[in-house]
Amino acid sequence: MVDVQDSVKLAQNPHPRATSAHAAVLRWRDDAAFDGPVVAFADFGADSNAAAVRVDPADDARALVPHLARLRLIEVSFPKYRDGRGYSAARILREAGYTGELRAAGDVLVDQINFMRRVGFDSFAPAKPLNPDDVAAALARFPHVYQKAADAAAPVWALRHG
Amino acid sequence: MYRYDTYDQALVDARVDEFRDQVERRLRHEITEDQFKPLRLMNGLYLQLHAYMLRVAIPYGTLSGTQMRILGGIARKYDRGYGHFTTRQNIQYNWIKLEQAPDLLAELAAVEMHAIQTSGNCIRNISSDQFAGSAADEVADPRPYAELLRQWSSFHPEFSFLPRKFKIAVTASDHDRAAVKLHDIGLQLHRNAAGELGFRVFVGGGMGRTPFIAPVIREFIPVSQYLSYCEAILRVYNRYGRRDNIYKARIKILVHEIGAEEFTRQVEAEWALLEPLALDAPAAEYERIKAQFAPPAYDAAAPDSIDRSDPDFAVWVDHNIAAHKVPGYAIVTISLKPVGGIPGDASAEQMELIADLAAKYSFDEIRVTHSQNLVLADVRKDQLHALWSALNAADLATPNLDLVTDIIACPGLDYCALANARSIPVAQSIAVRFANLDRQHDIGELKIKISGCINACGHHHAGHIGILGVDRKGEESYQLSLGGSGAEDTSLAKILGPGFSEEGVVDAVEKVIEAYRSLRLNPQERFLDAYRRVGAEPFKEAVYG
Repeated sequence: MVDVQDSVKLAQNPHPRATSAHAAVLRWRDDAAFDGPVVAFADFGADSNAAAVRVDPADDARALVPHLARLRLIEVSFPKYRDGRGYSAARILREAGYTGELRAAGDVLVDQINFMRRVGFDSFAPAKPLNPDDVAAALARFPHVYQKAADAAAPVWALRHG
Repeated sequence: MYRYDTYDQALVDARVDEFRDQVERRLRHEITEDQFKPLRLMNGLYLQLHAYMLRVAIPYGTLSGTQMRILGGIARKYDRGYGHFTTRQNIQYNWIKLEQAPDLLAELAAVEMHAIQTSGNCIRNISSDQFAGSAADEVADPRPYAELLRQWSSFHPEFSFLPRKFKIAVTASDHDRAAVKLHDIGLQLHRNAAGELGFRVFVGGGMGRTPFIAPVIREFIPVSQYLSYCEAILRVYNRYGRRDNIYKARIKILVHEIGAEEFTRQVEAEWALLEPLALDAPAAEYERIKAQFAPPAYDAAAPDSIDRSDPDFAVWVDHNIAAHKVPGYAIVTISLKPVGGIPGDASAEQMELIADLAAKYSFDEIRVTHSQNLVLADVRKDQLHALWSALNAADLATPNLDLVTDIIACPGLDYCALANARSIPVAQSIAVRFANLDRQHDIGELKIKISGCINACGHHHAGHIGILGVDRKGEESYQLSLGGSGAEDTSLAKILGPGFSEEGVVDAVEKVIEAYRSLRLNPQERFLDAYRRVGAEPFKEAVYG
């Protein structure tokens, strides 16, 4: 199942809300931010009660699929912006039906944020703060998409043959 | 050919606006060169030895006369009056000023062209058979499928930060003019036993410092599902391709290390999950694109014979013309390899002339070949002489297609920051050495390919004779390899022995060729076939003995 994001709402209000608890985190969610501990992927066993997990680039995000129902936050790390494994991790989780918070953390740059939104990330913890106006401009830049991803955007082939 | 609709145009225009912003931020020093680098690379702008180089995408090597005329104008206005056609069927400009790059991209966008994804670790320009749509031997026109791939891969959110660059080639005939087995993904259109169209899928070919010929991972994927199948291949690669070593990051290394069988298993498992998500474009979209590649209005009354009374013209016809699927028409290759010239270079005036000739003689369409030549794919046979005369007057009628002077060469140390040695002067010296046309025609088909470094942009692994420039204690040195092929009989050339100086490698090539002439069974036996029959020893003897 592909998760349907609130892209319509986003288009109307491209500015994300910053929560007081996580001043540096940009969120596109209406629910309260999760405040509990985020466990490392290696420590996240089937018998754990953890509701939040951190996925590093080499971790197999698909191993989380049996546990998605109890997860409220999955944080995908980007130690270097060039390492694109986290994009696949995000889309795999959304395709598997995960609807909780999916956060990109680390070397997250403004010029990547549109792609990250498209693969299913709905919150961001950039190592260096992003200028909100630049973020809004980047998200509003491209009027159409050519392919399906984990967002609700209809590819141009669907628009052409509505 | 494919024309943009408002959706395509809006996306390309948005990209120009975005890049203009990024360049302005850079010029105001709001971002550093380090921060700017990935942004400019997403738009095909490289920093070379002397200046910025801009690589413009020519999707599957097809462009209109109007587009070619603009490329010529850009060469005059923003470069030094030249453009360089590449082995990826693109064009590069070598002398670009950063502050002018946004205006240049805007001029391109006005004629439905761009530089999107011509560099960076993403899916690059899709390449194809330069004779597509006109070839007598194709099962169907591959261009609509190449265009669908272009759209699917453009701004792909999941696959823009791959381990390394990614190249896809599409062809539709058994005679491989697109080197599909030397690509990250090679797609060969064919029919199954039931007569349905689908693709044979090759994955993990490539040149560079570790060349591999791609294995087949699937004999048949229906055309209605090839995009999602490619998506599965790319996802497996994005997740498991090596990122610890740039020289081992291409998909060919992953396929080699885990084996084609295990790689295939992983792709099939991924595709089983992706296939139900309806990622493939619908048949209606294919039909929409296909309609734009409808055959031009061929004249059924066009005579199917050629007046060969002009001997120079007849020689050109014998070498630079290929069979067309429609009687009365021919496929013309315009050689960009005049003896002593720079392989693949065209002047602004030549580009404008070719644009005019395309409009007059070939339904306003031009193709770029991976051998760095140009093609007019739909020329009436009774107009070939008039076309030849106009080309000949502009030094564009060299009758040397696939002959010893039709050399592929990368830009090399004359331009490229990665190169260890010069390529262009070696190509020029060899061409001058074999300038005599009778001698070239006697030697027959012989593909020389020259790379100025191990990255193999000049395809030396696939050369009948391959030449690799290396740096040897501060001196340029050239290694000679024999027996490669980028055609349907794909093979990798093998190093013959110790390297040579620039002058020495030209002598060595001549010795190899003279050895071939003395040992071939008959003049019809090509160099490559003779080499395969007798092996390297007689050539080693001739060169080093």
